[in-house]
Amino acid sequence: MMSTPIYNRLITPLKKRIMPWCIPYFKVHATLKKKGIMGMNCRNIRYIGRYNARKLYPLVDDKLKTKKLAMVNHVNVPDLLDVVSEQHDIPNIHAKVKGTAGFCIKPAQGSGGKGILVVLPADAEAQKEGVSWQRTNGKPLSQQDIERHLSNILAGIFSLGGKSDVAVVEELIQVDPAFTKYTHQGVPDLRIIVFQGVPIMAMMRLSCEASKGKANLHQGAVGVGIDIATGAAINAVQHGVDITHHPDTGQSLSDLVVPQWAQMLQLACACYDMTGLGYLGVDIVLDKFKGPLLLELNARPGLAIQVANNAGLLPRLVAVESRIQTHKTLGSIDERIAFIQQFLTAHRA
Amino acid sequence: MAKFNRQVSYFAIALCVLGVALIAFRHFVSGIPFLPGASQTLWAVEAKIQFEADKGPISVSFTLPNEHAQFVQVNERTASPGFDLMFDEGPKARVAKWSINEAKGKQTLYYLTELKVAPNTAASPADRPTIEKPRFLGSTATAAGSVLSDANTASTHPFDIIEALIKAFQTPNQQAQLLLQKSTVSQRIVQLLMQADIPAREIDVLVLKDGGRQQPLRTWIQVFDGEAVRIFDPSGKYNPAKTPWVIWEQNDGGVIELMGGHGATVGFSMLQKRVPIVSELRKAQAQAEPGLLDASIHSLPLSEQALFKGILLVPVGVLIVVLMRTLVGLKTSGTFMPVLIALAFMQTSLATGLIGFALIVGMGLMIRSYFSRHNLLLVARISLVIISVVLIMALFSVVAFRFGLSEGLKLTLFPMIILSWTIERMSILWEEEGAKEVALQGGGSLFVALLGYMVMTNGLVQHLTFHFLGLQFIFMAIVLMCGSYTGYRLLELKRFRRFLAN
Repeated sequence: MMSTPIYNRLITPLKKRIMPWCIPYFKVHATLKKKGIMGMNCRNIRYIGRYNARKLYPLVDDKLKTKKLAMVNHVNVPDLLDVVSEQHDIPNIHAKVKGTAGFCIKPAQGSGGKGILVVLPADAEAQKEGVSWQRTNGKPLSQQDIERHLSNILAGIFSLGGKSDVAVVEELIQVDPAFTKYTHQGVPDLRIIVFQGVPIMAMMRLSCEASKGKANLHQGAVGVGIDIATGAAINAVQHGVDITHHPDTGQSLSDLVVPQWAQMLQLACACYDMTGLGYLGVDIVLDKFKGPLLLELNARPGLAIQVANNAGLLPRLVAVESRIQTHKTLGSIDERIAFIQQFLTAHRA
Repeated sequence: MAKFNRQVSYFAIALCVLGVALIAFRHFVSGIPFLPGASQTLWAVEAKIQFEADKGPISVSFTLPNEHAQFVQVNERTASPGFDLMFDEGPKARVAKWSINEAKGKQTLYYLTELKVAPNTAASPADRPTIEKPRFLGSTATAAGSVLSDANTASTHPFDIIEALIKAFQTPNQQAQLLLQKSTVSQRIVQLLMQADIPAREIDVLVLKDGGRQQPLRTWIQVFDGEAVRIFDPSGKYNPAKTPWVIWEQNDGGVIELMGGHGATVGFSMLQKRVPIVSELRKAQAQAEPGLLDASIHSLPLSEQALFKGILLVPVGVLIVVLMRTLVGLKTSGTFMPVLIALAFMQTSLATGLIGFALIVGMGLMIRSYFSRHNLLLVARISLVIISVVLIMALFSVVAFRFGLSEGLKLTLFPMIILSWTIERMSILWEEEGAKEVALQGGGSLFVALLGYMVMTNGLVQHLTFHFLGLQFIFMAIVLMCGSYTGYRLLELKRFRRFLAN
């Protein structure tokens, strides 16, 4: 049967054509299963759908609400300079930001970094000509430019579905010297996935020339997986490919160790306690003077963190779920951190 | 949660069982075949007569199609609440006569018939009209003579002469124009033919168009040449040899006569049906009472059925979107926009649709990029895009029509508001993520729309969705299962492929 001419002439070449397409995908499927890589459907149904109550979303989708909640709960955030919610309040902005060392304007309901304007003090030469501010790329910003940006935010240009919005004006974060050599423009931030109050995976996001100063991985930023137990770098990727050095500064990424790691984990866990969102992405920045600050929260954190860590989320998620089943509660912040660090150390070998 | 997932599965299984049961009933009891091939084409035609009642008794006579050489009547019925009905088998034509002593306001009468377009040997041949030479006066006589002699020069065969006459009236020269001042094209052609001793008459023809609604009767011309009889469309719009049609009335009379009312109108709806030859017999036996299970959309008035034929395809498109998004992981701009685009493609034909879509979205993006420089508020911006889209549609329709492409008029079938939102979203995407992401999402949408178009225009799919309502429950079950599918998407396997190397 197997050696009939029809089989040889038709089926065998077909097999040769199709197999190279099939085998890698089957293999990939098996590998992903084995490593516990989480897919989009699984994230949406099993974790976001199950652990994030819909009514809690506004707490994280509105940056102003997040900020106020954090301040009430003694979670450190960048200082709030002003909130602009009416068109006629816009001109007051200039008095509020006068004398600061730069500031940042954000739409409260913007998503994916849309509409964020970072404003730095202008060069001494430009100051003489009466221009007091500039963009991160050195282009001067007039008062009208700033006012127009605020007006756009209020009109809802950057918010989902075009809802009218308010503008949040924050003081500028002073990048910690530990990170300056790892970044090109922009502020490097740390994304920690917190599941049921347990920080299960972390990644540094470093902006670079290719990402135009933005920190989103799909825009070309560098992602560095960070060991939850130690705060040291595990692996780094850009555009989904492994890299060893920062593409702009040439700094070796394997040497990266996040300072004040314990405080960072504490901060991330506190965010679960204050919002109640079971599956949460916490974005933290490290300020030169104020230490770890909460930048924003995300109720639908992406999956690229797995690529940066070269590890799947599922084993850790399952470990936390079974811990809840056996112990009923995960305990205090310190107990939760101790649990995950023990689990990861035990499974590293 | 696990319990809930199990409930979802049970629910899906229940839906599947229900769907299969309904399909089995339709197949085994009603005798609808699974394949569209084992059947014949029937045309269900519904005439809807509407008029305003006056005081006093009302009587309506409606000429019914006689069995002529082109079709066979399979069955007929009427719907006319409160009216007495009588069929009058006249010497020349059958007439339905409705009467009532008193009625108020708007009245609607229905006549439904099922026809099979096929040679009918039992029908008696049409009788030849007697030649009555018209009397043309003054300038009309000169014009008629000139038009007729022009047509006569080419050939003396009657069928060639009428074709030449139709052409002469289509590209009007001065003489033809003069003739049309007091008369219609078909009247004049018949008069000219009579003048040339060729027997001809005006007949009322119904052009059969699948899914047609509120269609009028058209006046065509029947021409006799010895034993041979042929039909011509004086407007030149239809080719009688290639279009299915039936003669509704051919005895030089009106179709409708109304006493005791005013403002009578007749509109025809029709639907092509593929009916198995076996079930036709059974239908004749069980004509009176359709069973409850059989009383699906097929018991609705025809015009509504014609609507449903399209509506029942929407779930197929939706299913494709669900599969593409949850199993494959394709990105589309606007969740169900591809379905609407696919439906528009079905109306416009594929090539016109694709070109129209590219033109409208391309021009829209250009206009939108100009507006974006002016920092307008969102609502105003979208409104501007909508108005631009309307203008673009109008512009292309006019241009296409000028170049003689009636296809261009179909651009108006695109969903305007949806297109405007698509343009708005794509343009924001362009500004924020660059042209690549726009191409990715636009391409994804277009790909899903094309796939939807291909599936929804498939004859088997159309046959199954229209005849087997049970299929909708199975679609529901599949979507339900997709909704709780936690496995990898196909494109995620590509995205996470690098884990294989480590």
